[in-house]
Amino acid sequence: MFQELQRGLPKLPTLRAYREMTPLKRREMREGLLFISPWLVGFLIFTLLPMVASLIFSFLDLKITDGITSAPKFAGLDNYVQLFQDPQIWSLQSGTRGSLWITIFFGIIALPVGIFLPLGIALLMNNRHLKGQMAFRSAFYMPYIIPFVAAVFLWGGMLNPETGWINRALMALGMPRESVPNWANDINWVYPTYVIMGIWGIGNAMLIFLAGLQGVPTELYDAAKVDGANAWQSFRKITFPMISPVVFYILVLSVVGLFQFFLIPLVVNQGTGRPGGATMFFNLYLYKTFFTFQNMSYGATMAWLLFFLIMIVTVFLFGTARYWVYYAGERRS
Amino acid sequence: MAATISPKTRTIAKTVLITGFTLILLLMFLSPFAFMVFTSLKTPEQIGIIGAPIWPAAVATFEYNGKELDMFTVPMNTCAGSEDSSAKGNLAIVKKGTRASVFIDPDDMERGEFTCAVSWRALDRPWEFSPTFSNYTEVWNSIDFPRLLWNTTFYAIMSTIGVLISCTLVAYGFSRFDFPGRDFLFIVLISTIFLPAFVTVIPTYAFFQRIGWVGTWLPLIVPTFFANAFDVFLLRQYFMTIPREMDEAAMIDGASRFRVLWSVLLPQSYPVLLAVTVFHIVYAWNDFFGPLIYLSTNRAAWPVSVALSTFNGIYGQKPQLIQAGALLTLILPLLLFIFAQRFFVQGIVITGVDK
Repeated sequence: MFQELQRGLPKLPTLRAYREMTPLKRREMREGLLFISPWLVGFLIFTLLPMVASLIFSFLDLKITDGITSAPKFAGLDNYVQLFQDPQIWSLQSGTRGSLWITIFFGIIALPVGIFLPLGIALLMNNRHLKGQMAFRSAFYMPYIIPFVAAVFLWGGMLNPETGWINRALMALGMPRESVPNWANDINWVYPTYVIMGIWGIGNAMLIFLAGLQGVPTELYDAAKVDGANAWQSFRKITFPMISPVVFYILVLSVVGLFQFFLIPLVVNQGTGRPGGATMFFNLYLYKTFFTFQNMSYGATMAWLLFFLIMIVTVFLFGTARYWVYYAGERRS
Repeated sequence: MAATISPKTRTIAKTVLITGFTLILLLMFLSPFAFMVFTSLKTPEQIGIIGAPIWPAAVATFEYNGKELDMFTVPMNTCAGSEDSSAKGNLAIVKKGTRASVFIDPDDMERGEFTCAVSWRALDRPWEFSPTFSNYTEVWNSIDFPRLLWNTTFYAIMSTIGVLISCTLVAYGFSRFDFPGRDFLFIVLISTIFLPAFVTVIPTYAFFQRIGWVGTWLPLIVPTFFANAFDVFLLRQYFMTIPREMDEAAMIDGASRFRVLWSVLLPQSYPVLLAVTVFHIVYAWNDFFGPLIYLSTNRAAWPVSVALSTFNGIYGQKPQLIQAGALLTLILPLLLFIFAQRFFVQGIVITGVDK
């Protein structure tokens, strides 16, 4: 999906190119634009216009409750000054750690799980010694389609410190009752809890990895075997480069998703930041600023900071792609 | 020794090992389903007892002389008349005592009442399988589940219609027309995937509030008629695999552009259309964030996901009801998946693997 993006933005058409078009070509353009017009109109009113509006909001002082008649107050850079001084975003102290660091810290824990676990299962699915591959594939994917709230409650029940199966299993394995984790209520265990709750989301990535793995020509492995390559070498030199476009796709989507992570803490810990403020993720803080405290302008300012950060990281990832993402059939320059 | 193992045995061993390992992994992965089903069938009493079995069960009782007697597991050598037995028996207690209690044996009624020298408090109790289906009816009635189902189904159907119509048209425009700026616009479309929701949600919410749409389904359904990146990409990739010669032949016969889409492309695209349909139904069914922000003020319009999320507050101490509610909300997407697996898999492969 991202190959075209990776080549950078195509040149915008010039007015001259349009003038030089034949009537037939112009007609094709008119018809083409007509067909894509649902998206064009939707993009303008539901994406571009709101983006511009939230940028404008960030320079005003607006509450949701403000009537349409009252003239909005101009706030200059006040929201940005507040943004960059807000300890709830930037504080580095443990105990009152800022929401941005919480988000990044959690992302660093969750990202490898979100990449390597589905990749590992896909490799297992692709193993020629596995019987019943189709059934396994469907079964591992299946939890992905379970409603998010239901999945959180199922895992929440499993991870209940008293009645959940996980702690019962730990105790059955010999762990003393007083040392089993308190999961979502323990400041040290709450991130692993969220990672476990997110495990059911791997189905999508697993299927994409698997399709990528199945697309690797088997001759390459045969050739490597003849050359005496071991399993790790053929993974490193054949499998990984061949599936690097899908790894890139999953990586980019995971990073963008993790920056916006907040629904699980919203449901599991009621969006309170419990335990000890450790689950006040950036997007949760933003959600509360907007919906609970009704501060539209500061919410918009935070949203733009998030957008800006995601853009930097995405551009960075696309920048690294040329060093490790390999598209078969494309000449490497 | 190793040299004597034939390659065939080795292959079988590998198959057993890998398939077995995967099976164990899968059982762990899916164990929350068993947890859900078991818990949703339990009584609150069972949940409150430490050491109760993990499957839905009730303490066995025995009816004797018109009374419900509790059953206990008693070492038989403590009982008068069976001092030599090393077995344990499940007996019904007639008279409770701290030093000795009076029992009867339901399997051997002719023996009559007899005394065993045990303290009844120290005894284990036999559990027997006993599912409690009333949890489901309680959830069904207390949150007006039929209305939630209707709301969610309505949203799923309307928004799927919106996605199918708009994304098909847009994907056709991107895959079959050449014009300057097309590739640029396509990249803009794909880039919207990276946009954090809140950048657009804040002004959009304020706008919908001004025109009185907050608390209705309109803010969730109307935008689906304006296409989205994933489904357009999916449909475009599929359309591009259909040879253009077929369009051209139809056009020479005088078909309009729309006619080509309708009569040439769509009849060949049913797998991808079904993929978009099942994806979107599941997406709408599971959608939590959209209904949460636009409908939380209007209980009558809630979908299942939002109603379920309030369970933690209402039923915090009643896990059996939470799990019963979770089961009721996930049954429909689960059935849809079981019947339409192929289309799910196909759709994902196209979005993820196609460049």
